[in-house]
Amino acid sequence: MKKFGSLKAWLYLLPAILFLGVFMVYPLFDVFVYSFEEGYNSASQTYFGTGMYNYSYVLHDPYFLQAVKNTFILVIITVPLSTGLALLISVGLTAIRPLRNLFQTIYFLPYVTNTLAVGLVFMILFKKTAYSDGLVNLLINLFGGKSVDFIDGPYWAKMFVLCFYTVWVVLPFKILILTSALSSVNQEYYNAARVDGTSSFRIFRRITLPMISPMIFYLVITGFIGAFKAYSDAVALFGTNLNAAEMNTIVGYVYDMLYGDSGGYPSYASAAAIILFAIVLTITSINLLANKRRQVSIL
Amino acid sequence: MKVVLQNLTKKFPGRERKNRTEVVAVNDFSFEIPDGKLIGLLGPSGCGKSTTLNLISGLLKPTGGRIFFGEDDVTDLPPENRGIGLVFQNYALYPHLTVKQNILFPLQNLKGKDKLSKAEMLEKAKEAARLVQIEELMERKPGELSGGQQQRVAIARALVKMPRVLLLDEPLSNLDARLRLQTREEIRRIQKETGITTIFVTHDQEEAMSISDMIVVMKEGIVQQIGKPQEVYDNPANLFVAKFLGTPPINVFNGQIRNNKLYIGGDAVLDVKISGNREVYAGIRPEGFLLREDGPFMCELSGIEVMGRDISVLSSNKASVNPTVRAIIGTENNINIEKLSARFALAPHKVFLFDKETERKIEPNGQEG
Amino acid sequence: MDTQTNYEKIEKSSRFRKKTASVITYTLLTFWAVMVLFPFYWMILTSVKSYGAYNSEYIPKFFTLSPTLQNYTEAFTAVPRYFLNTTIFTLVTTAIMLVVITLAAFAFARLEFKGKNIVFLLFLSLMMIPNELVIITNFVTVTNLDMRNSFPGLILPSVTSVFYIYLLKENFEQIPDSLYYAAKVDGTSDFKYLLKVMVPMSKPTLITITILKVIECWNSYVWPRLITDDANYFLVSNGIQEIRENGFGRENIPAMMAAVVVISAPLIVLFLVFRKKIMAGVSRGGTKG
Repeated sequence: MKKFGSLKAWLYLLPAILFLGVFMVYPLFDVFVYSFEEGYNSASQTYFGTGMYNYSYVLHDPYFLQAVKNTFILVIITVPLSTGLALLISVGLTAIRPLRNLFQTIYFLPYVTNTLAVGLVFMILFKKTAYSDGLVNLLINLFGGKSVDFIDGPYWAKMFVLCFYTVWVVLPFKILILTSALSSVNQEYYNAARVDGTSSFRIFRRITLPMISPMIFYLVITGFIGAFKAYSDAVALFGTNLNAAEMNTIVGYVYDMLYGDSGGYPSYASAAAIILFAIVLTITSINLLANKRRQVSIL
Repeated sequence: MKVVLQNLTKKFPGRERKNRTEVVAVNDFSFEIPDGKLIGLLGPSGCGKSTTLNLISGLLKPTGGRIFFGEDDVTDLPPENRGIGLVFQNYALYPHLTVKQNILFPLQNLKGKDKLSKAEMLEKAKEAARLVQIEELMERKPGELSGGQQQRVAIARALVKMPRVLLLDEPLSNLDARLRLQTREEIRRIQKETGITTIFVTHDQEEAMSISDMIVVMKEGIVQQIGKPQEVYDNPANLFVAKFLGTPPINVFNGQIRNNKLYIGGDAVLDVKISGNREVYAGIRPEGFLLREDGPFMCELSGIEVMGRDISVLSSNKASVNPTVRAIIGTENNINIEKLSARFALAPHKVFLFDKETERKIEPNGQEG
Repeated sequence: MDTQTNYEKIEKSSRFRKKTASVITYTLLTFWAVMVLFPFYWMILTSVKSYGAYNSEYIPKFFTLSPTLQNYTEAFTAVPRYFLNTTIFTLVTTAIMLVVITLAAFAFARLEFKGKNIVFLLFLSLMMIPNELVIITNFVTVTNLDMRNSFPGLILPSVTSVFYIYLLKENFEQIPDSLYYAAKVDGTSDFKYLLKVMVPMSKPTLITITILKVIECWNSYVWPRLITDDANYFLVSNGIQEIRENGFGRENIPAMMAAVVVISAPLIVLFLVFRKKIMAGVSRGGTKG
């Protein structure tokens, strides 16, 4: 009877184990194997040696270095900026009563829109073409600046658009999480502080922030992880040929190595993916260590 | 500091979509709270007592009426400028700060000429902690304290600024029964020691009766009666107050007044100084029943509960509003539970008569109170 | 009367401070609301401008006096195919996933078997594996199985989610044991108990998971891009990219925008209808992708 029960349980688990085994566990080992197989040819499925060559190739590839640089800039700018902005907006949202639902609904819209689709709109807004300088440049001209092509122009202009769009895309989730964290702070704490004549700034710093800090920490961690894996935002703005646009990201590099015009090198792709994983793991561990006194479960 | 409430009224807009009629939480409340007294605001949940407290604290703005602290009109002042200390029902201790930091918190808000030096603040915090006897807990976090200790910290935090008025919202409701007894004496002691006018809200009549100098009984936003606890108990203004005060609760009967006698279920049970014939509610306190072989009031006996100090006699009577009539008698009485009925005489000062319509108390001269 | 005037001053300054704070707050909030809404406005606006009108505006206009639906007819030459593909992909993926995770969560939450804790721990540790790491092999696997440009190839790799198994298992575990024993006493089979008691009782969580998965599927880009190069199997994201790169034969931005509007509309409408559920679901369920 007991044996039979055990068997039944495995039957329930079978589909999950099957799918996870084929599409997660096996690939996980396989990717390491690939990354050490030198000169792998995907057509003939042969290779002529094992070693660290793939890593060395990737680490010396200027496209990869460009991608790493872009990704790091993106992470360093967008994670603090989006978290801070989300906090500011959430605090504002919690402070008001009328129109609050409307604002919340509006702010959430980017979450349910297709990143690629809206990216196209951003491209049009920022792009300078023969026909038109684009709306953003119009505004810049209005304030006396000179038109810049944000899509095909200088590096920092492109980086600016990428960061701006990334913040635009990630804010809804952060605002949602922070507003619900803020509203779950017991109103009595605020009342108690008000009765004691605490200034709004002090209430925020001494009460609100410590109370929602686990959530902020959670958002920073997931924000780091998410930003390191940035890819489709860049594609949405600059098209699939990101190397040419100097706007590639690490994930973009992995896919480019795997597929497309520059593809066909799963070994290089694997090496790059493992390097990315190592970076993310390191940064996350540093974050966790830095916040060790806060007991937060990261899922 | 005396606190004067003048025609205080608070209305809330209707919450439900269909029913937008205003809810009157506090209706035309006038009362002068003498300086240095401990006042209990008492009533069932939803009676407006917490709203009243929040109006005094300034967390809510009244719809009408004025509030004075001493001679100062504070009606439109924000809470921080009123000089009050407020202890919340759930204590609202900041969980990430230690006890000491919690107590220091209000002092650190002081600005300008009121600003204190670090040493002064610490001295005041220690003094407050000493007052509520938690000096040895200063470095702990609220999460590491028992309910009673948290309560003390909350009181210390409210007292540290030496408020003009101390407000406590259901101060004992989160404590277990044993701690409740202990803590209410503690509140009484602290109030006596500091001499700060203190107002507290409770739904527990025993709590209010035991420590208050005066109690205010409220129902549905309207003040029912104000007075010293014993006075209110002995002389309830209406049926609601009579029913609300006292454990076990008062027994209520349908009765008639005829020829200066109170009739319950056909028996003339008590002589009264009320002329005329009329239908009344007769409220009899459990301790107002005296077991007498020849008593005029007969009930069908259904059981007894011996509670050590005294005995509860449970019986029923057709005229009783409640299914069970509960009488409390001393243990020196011998009651034969084999018997089917019990006869009682009534102690006149434990019997109150109320008008059937208005439910107000009928005074001996025949007028409603 | 000195104190009285003093109080009036305090009152006035506190009222003034409140007002300024609320003005600043609303300004800030409105500013960001405009930032969020403007791209949507621009996309709709551009989509109703004619090709000629759009290209002749060196300085873009904020409105148009002669709106046209011409672009939508053009958009509809390509978009319905993507639409249908995405709908099939989303529905089938979500449906299969719900079955897979419900069965697995049930086993972890309710059934007793040897090695349960170890298996669950292994499952949990899989949550740390980023998609980017395994996608390479999956690409090779699917190619070798000759499943490129096919629905099975698109769907199968994303029909399990350890996170959702975990979420559902936690939810299942909150259902009191007594219900299970009561059902057992009545002779209910495990499977029937799962179907008739646990699933209905966990409806909120299942809805949350469905919402998250649908959004994820509708917007998925990377895997479909790797696995399809036949436009007949493009999902909306790939379709958009295709339109962008080879858009309607020429740089027809109004038509592109019409396509973007059509593609964005379903999820937005869905969101506006189930706003509360979706927002609650997302805030419960955690992160995107």
